[in-house]
Amino acid sequence: MAQVIANGVYLGAQYALIALGLTLIFALMNVLNFAHGQMYVLGGFITYTAYGQLGLPFIVALLASGVTLGVIGALIEKLLFRTVIRRSVREESTMLLAAAVAYFLDAVILLLFGEKQRGVPKIVNGVFVSDALIMPYDRLLIGALAVLFIGAFMLFMQFSKPGRAMRALAQDRVAAQLMGVRVDRYSMIGFALGAMLAGVVGGLLVAITGVNSGIGGPISIKAFLMVMIGGAGVVGGAIAGGFILGMIESVGLSVLHAYGDITYLVIFAALMVFLSIRPNGLMGKPWG
Amino acid sequence: MSSTSKLFSALAFLLVTLVAVPWLITVTRRLDLYYTLTSVALLAIASGGVWLTFYIGRINIGQAAFALMGGYVSAILVVTYGVPFWLTLPLAGLFCAVASILIGLPILRLRGVYFAMVTLVLTEVARLLALALPVTNGAKGLVNIPLPGSTTLFGVTLIPDFATLANPRLTFYLISVVLMVICYAGLYRLVHSRVGRLCLSLQQNEELASSIGVNVAYLRVVIYAVSSLLGGLGGAMFVAISQSIYPSSFTITDSINFMLNCFLGGLGYVFGPILGTFLLYFGWDLLFQTGRLQLLIFSSVLIALMLILPNGLLSLRLFRRSKG
Repeated sequence: MAQVIANGVYLGAQYALIALGLTLIFALMNVLNFAHGQMYVLGGFITYTAYGQLGLPFIVALLASGVTLGVIGALIEKLLFRTVIRRSVREESTMLLAAAVAYFLDAVILLLFGEKQRGVPKIVNGVFVSDALIMPYDRLLIGALAVLFIGAFMLFMQFSKPGRAMRALAQDRVAAQLMGVRVDRYSMIGFALGAMLAGVVGGLLVAITGVNSGIGGPISIKAFLMVMIGGAGVVGGAIAGGFILGMIESVGLSVLHAYGDITYLVIFAALMVFLSIRPNGLMGKPWG
Repeated sequence: MSSTSKLFSALAFLLVTLVAVPWLITVTRRLDLYYTLTSVALLAIASGGVWLTFYIGRINIGQAAFALMGGYVSAILVVTYGVPFWLTLPLAGLFCAVASILIGLPILRLRGVYFAMVTLVLTEVARLLALALPVTNGAKGLVNIPLPGSTTLFGVTLIPDFATLANPRLTFYLISVVLMVICYAGLYRLVHSRVGRLCLSLQQNEELASSIGVNVAYLRVVIYAVSSLLGGLGGAMFVAISQSIYPSSFTITDSINFMLNCFLGGLGYVFGPILGTFLLYFGWDLLFQTGRLQLLIFSSVLIALMLILPNGLLSLRLFRRSKG
């Protein structure tokens, strides 16, 4: 059981980091970013290229993933979402744009990196073994890095000036604007930060599970699940949702193993019941 | 538009789709187009359902679940119980409507992005259920579904037996178009009735609507049921044409495409989804020749369209009118 829980925590840390980016974009711009999974895949492939192909240090590769995705995110916000939000009658239109961006990134990834499953050499060798627990060192390292990034992100949101501005923006866009927050600029920074988080997780996970061009969609759906569990647009909710989903998945896979491949069916069904009792997730705001 | 000009344009549409298109296809010998056009008609029916949920202000990414459900209900009834297809078609629609009432009662309390995500999950639930349930035959799906038989009313053959037809594709096309026209006529009527006005009030503000006495909970469940009924009809008819159904027949991609069809045509126009479906499906087909670049060009065009016409293609017309 200790093994199952350890796996759950490790998975949860990754998931929380994915969900954080999604929820940040949602909180700032009210955009459901369908392309989040694709951004994650792109991040994974950049790390694969830099670390696996070019032989750069892992940290540099990770940085490259984050920066590239940050720039892409900023451009997508500035050139696409801002225009559409301004011109459109109904704000749901951004969903079409997000879906189109997801298709676009899918196409770009497929053209640039092909459809093969890609992995990189282990970053650290060896396995941690104790009585109840077997954990490869690289997983421990990746898990620790993920927790570190989550911590850094929360500190950034809590204490830095852009972080405060973005929290104000998420609370009330108009009020923030009246207080002199430069709404356009911080929307862009927020979108870039969200995309960057997706890229960094992609880079982290390529060291463990590898990456292929087809996993973007399923990752997006998982990210949606976590955000729904925790409540959309709330940082704490995304982290809680990520850890909860990681834990359920880990426990479910070991407990329901005997009944065949129904873990996700059970998770989905439970989620629908949960949401009908608590429509805003664990800590979401009472709107949506 | 006056009622005569409405009638006239409806007749013109029927004339074009039921007479001119088959004639053109026969002349140009592009018989494969029948299948494409039939698909467009059926997908447009399902998209119409999504459009209706947009009309009450909900983002529905779960239509593929009901299309899959309708398809399976029809297929199982035909294969296992030997029910004639034309009877299973309304049954599949009704089954979906009832199921959507049960599902809708809790989940319609969700708003905005929560509803969107939960319906997205619903699509995935439907696929996993189809994989897990014994009656659906798992991943192998149901294949070799017999073609629909004949149907008669008061001794008059309405629809001939498909197995005996020389050109079943043409008949499928004609029936699908007629079905689509009936569904959209119904939608049009619904939207322009008193209920349609009430739906519009839901779209604008549910609290306000309920404060002036609109039975919000009842209305949104009814609308969701109608929407799912359309999804079920489209799915069931699709299965009859492809003669097979798998858990992957309708997936999240389809759900998202249904939504894109509505967006592309324009959310403010009843007939938007028809145009949207037509363009998306045909555009995708046409781009097939570009091979590896297909998805890249397709998505770039989508993004460009979104930037130029964020309110849908039919907003062009409105634009011109306000100028003139």
